[in-house]
Amino acid sequence: MEVGQLQKSFVDYTASLFREGFLDGQFSQLQQLQDESNPDFVVEVVSLFFEDSDKLLNDLTRALDQQNIDFKKVDAHVHQLKGSSSSIGAQRVKNACVAFRNFCEEQNVEACLRCLHQVKQEYLLVKSKLETLFTLEQQIITAGGAIPMME
Amino acid sequence: MSFANSTESNSTTLFTSASLILLFLTFLVAYLVWALSNMARNGVFSRRRRPERMEEAGDLSATSLGSHEVHVLAVDDSLVDRKVIEKLLKTTSCKVTAVDSGRRALQFLGLDEEKSSVGFDGLKVDLIITDYCMPGMTGYELLKKIKGSSTFREIPVVIMSSENVLARIDRCLEEGAEDFIVKPVKLADVKRLKDYMFGEDGILKQKGGFGKRKLQETCVDDPLSSSPSPSPLSDLSSTPSPTQTSTSSPSSPVSSLLLPSADSSPTCSPVRLDSPTRRLKMSNTDC
Repeated sequence: MEVGQLQKSFVDYTASLFREGFLDGQFSQLQQLQDESNPDFVVEVVSLFFEDSDKLLNDLTRALDQQNIDFKKVDAHVHQLKGSSSSIGAQRVKNACVAFRNFCEEQNVEACLRCLHQVKQEYLLVKSKLETLFTLEQQIITAGGAIPMME
Repeated sequence: MSFANSTESNSTTLFTSASLILLFLTFLVAYLVWALSNMARNGVFSRRRRPERMEEAGDLSATSLGSHEVHVLAVDDSLVDRKVIEKLLKTTSCKVTAVDSGRRALQFLGLDEEKSSVGFDGLKVDLIITDYCMPGMTGYELLKKIKGSSTFREIPVVIMSSENVLARIDRCLEEGAEDFIVKPVKLADVKRLKDYMFGEDGILKQKGGFGKRKLQETCVDDPLSSSPSPSPLSDLSSTPSPTQTSTSSPSSPVSSLLLPSADSSPTCSPVRLDSPTRRLKMSNTDC
């Protein structure tokens, strides 16, 4: 595929991620911070987010699997996940975490389990979408093009 | 005058002139070398001051040496947030040391009771920016320790939190925090913070107590202002009073806000008019 087409795909895809609420303004902030001195900044931060989230989701699964659930611990994990998803602009994940925390407060096990499932879904979705986005970026660079700046 | 005499006096004159010119040139070169080395030391050519130069200068605050790069100690237990805040600060030309806990922050400052090590490269910290919710020592506890230290209480401390809780903001400001930033932190927040706290030369504009200053117009009825990105309204606990958000545009200062509490008796907090503090409705959630 030639550069122009790739760039158009990139722009359209990015726009759709924002339109569908997967990403919010904070992701744009990260893109703006990326420069020649740190051309992989966004990928680096998002990779940290993936690592962090994988661990947190595992911890959450384990914590909710206990006989006596420590809701404070569960809440602490969700709080962390909410924070990091907010920091990279993963809006849907963040919103799912907000709902999750409310049920932690109520100590509602069933609801918490549903929320965990929801958070996992949203996380896997945004992860897949971001990976697609980064692949597109790489293709553009390989084809000798520049990554279009999104408005 | 004979030709021989004239030639001789010509040679002498020539020789004298040459010597004078040479002498003059030597002085000129020496002056230029001295002037250039001074300019380099003052950071005119390079924004980054090397530690050994600062140590040689003997004056770590560099007040007398011209432009100084603001050194920020960033404290956050989240790796993602540390990376972001570090980039935000570096983008605004700050030098950054990022640590993952209040304990490590105190160790870096040399305030930890158990370990009395000084900052690894001896650089003076100009600003501390810390997350509120951290395991072990919270940002609030770190703030208290710093403000309780005679050596470090003059260092401005800014608190960051994803939870926008009026009581928390007030508590931090009363304890001496200079400002309170709601996460996620944006470039505009950091730029504004740096601009109103530090001059072009990187020197603190005012010694401590920003947060405690009483302003003439602190108590302002909250005007609704539009937010550039969707506000996390779902964050808030449900109460009947309308949620009001104020976010600042990069070019204009933010007015300090008063939010009507559930019983609609407004409370005042001493927040600078141009601070990046953003306020949402009061809630009782803690970390």
